[in-house]
Amino acid sequence: MTEDMNVQAEVIAIIDDLFMEDVSDMMDEDLFDAGVLDSMAVVELVVALENKFAIKVPVSEMGRDDWNTADKIVEGVKELRNA
Amino acid sequence: MTQWLENLPNWQPYGDPTYFGYLLLGLIPIVIGLLYGRRFQVYEALFSFTFILLMFSGSKWVQFYALIGYIVWQLMLIFGYQHYRKKADQGWVFYSAIFLSILPLILVKIHPVFNHGKMSIIGFLGISYLTFKVVAMLMEMRDDVLKDLRVWPVTRFLLFMPTLSSGPIDRYRRFEADYTTAPERSVYLDYLQSATWNIMLGFFYKFIVAYYINLYLLIPFKHAALSQGGLFNLPTIGVMYAYGFYLFFDFAGYSLFAIAISKFMGINTPINFNKPFLAKNLKEFWNRWHMTLSFWFRDYVFMRFVLMMTRHKVFKNRNVTAGVAYMVNMLLMGFWHGLTWFYILYGFLHALGLIVNDWWLRQKKQKNRARKKAGLEPLPSNWFTNAVAIFITFNFTMFTFLVFSGFLNQLWHH
Repeated sequence: MTEDMNVQAEVIAIIDDLFMEDVSDMMDEDLFDAGVLDSMAVVELVVALENKFAIKVPVSEMGRDDWNTADKIVEGVKELRNA
Repeated sequence: MTQWLENLPNWQPYGDPTYFGYLLLGLIPIVIGLLYGRRFQVYEALFSFTFILLMFSGSKWVQFYALIGYIVWQLMLIFGYQHYRKKADQGWVFYSAIFLSILPLILVKIHPVFNHGKMSIIGFLGISYLTFKVVAMLMEMRDDVLKDLRVWPVTRFLLFMPTLSSGPIDRYRRFEADYTTAPERSVYLDYLQSATWNIMLGFFYKFIVAYYINLYLLIPFKHAALSQGGLFNLPTIGVMYAYGFYLFFDFAGYSLFAIAISKFMGINTPINFNKPFLAKNLKEFWNRWHMTLSFWFRDYVFMRFVLMMTRHKVFKNRNVTAGVAYMVNMLLMGFWHGLTWFYILYGFLHALGLIVNDWWLRQKKQKNRARKKAGLEPLPSNWFTNAVAIFITFNFTMFTFLVFSGFLNQLWHH
């Protein structure tokens, strides 16, 4: 559980660090619609997540349906860590 | 075989209302089957084959052989690469496969430049759209998200009749999921309803609006502009708007047909246009205009290029990375349209526009953050600012379509 909490906190911190946006109160919101993410930003985010969590995110999976909310990103990272 | 092919009539996809008559007649068994949750695969294949054959029959028979050769070539590449990918994953093999799959398209694009505009004999209607499908598949195979492909499903995806000639560009995994599970009756009934509506709207767009824009605006404006001559004149502005709207109604109309026929066949082909002239900025425009093409370039060119540059830390500044990636992406799209100065300039202008657009969005974000800190309201965003944004975006895109149309080439060199 603490592990999971960490992933969430880290993801929020990375987004804040990269894009200067605090998403902690909008975990379920579409980050593309909110103007936080675009195609460029999602790639930067992926690279940062890969470095932080020592995972490899398949590029083909970075679609706007799978990685569009902070919650989904947290879930995605957890899945890839357990894979 | 050749003589038989030559003697057949030639039916261009969605060319005229009678075409729809035959198409809908041929669709009846498929529709009945799907209403009962069944796909008649053999019938569907025969139906598709017949209409594809008629696209390339008559005087276009050479293209039929070109298509067959092309499909065999791409299948060899896909399954050759799949065989290799099971054992290894070297960059140069992947890049070679990509190069070889684009090679026919490159030859077809280069050929007219050196042969007085004559088309290459290996070209056929739809070659570029097929290339997009294959390249995407190879990339997803490298990512290991596409595996255990079989010849028949891949062929069926590549040769899906409704979208063969000009898209929308579908993705293999999405298409295959639709194909293997016949839609539930309630879903399929919705498909039928939206398909009927799409065909009616498509008729209105293509055979009425686009037709009359061309007849009563575009052609007269062109005549007037050409007779006035010079570098630029007032009727050329008329050509600009008339062509922009003509292009939209013609292509959006075609796309609606392709989507409708897909839906009759139980395939939810993605949409291509979503009110593009209401976009508030250029980035949004590309989420609304020729969407399957723009998303293809976004996913398979832009994002992968950014990823490569970010991983290797090519540029320190992220805005430089984005700018370079926009240039590569849009110039490539320009080249894809054809090797003429106006297509390439069209790509260049859009890249430039996207860079400026990004810069503007950054400025706005920074200003608003500073204002928030200072306890001020964010910059105004209301109906007026939106209207101004739509106006600027609309006129910029219309200007790029004038470039794209090649009319300036005609005006300056006639």
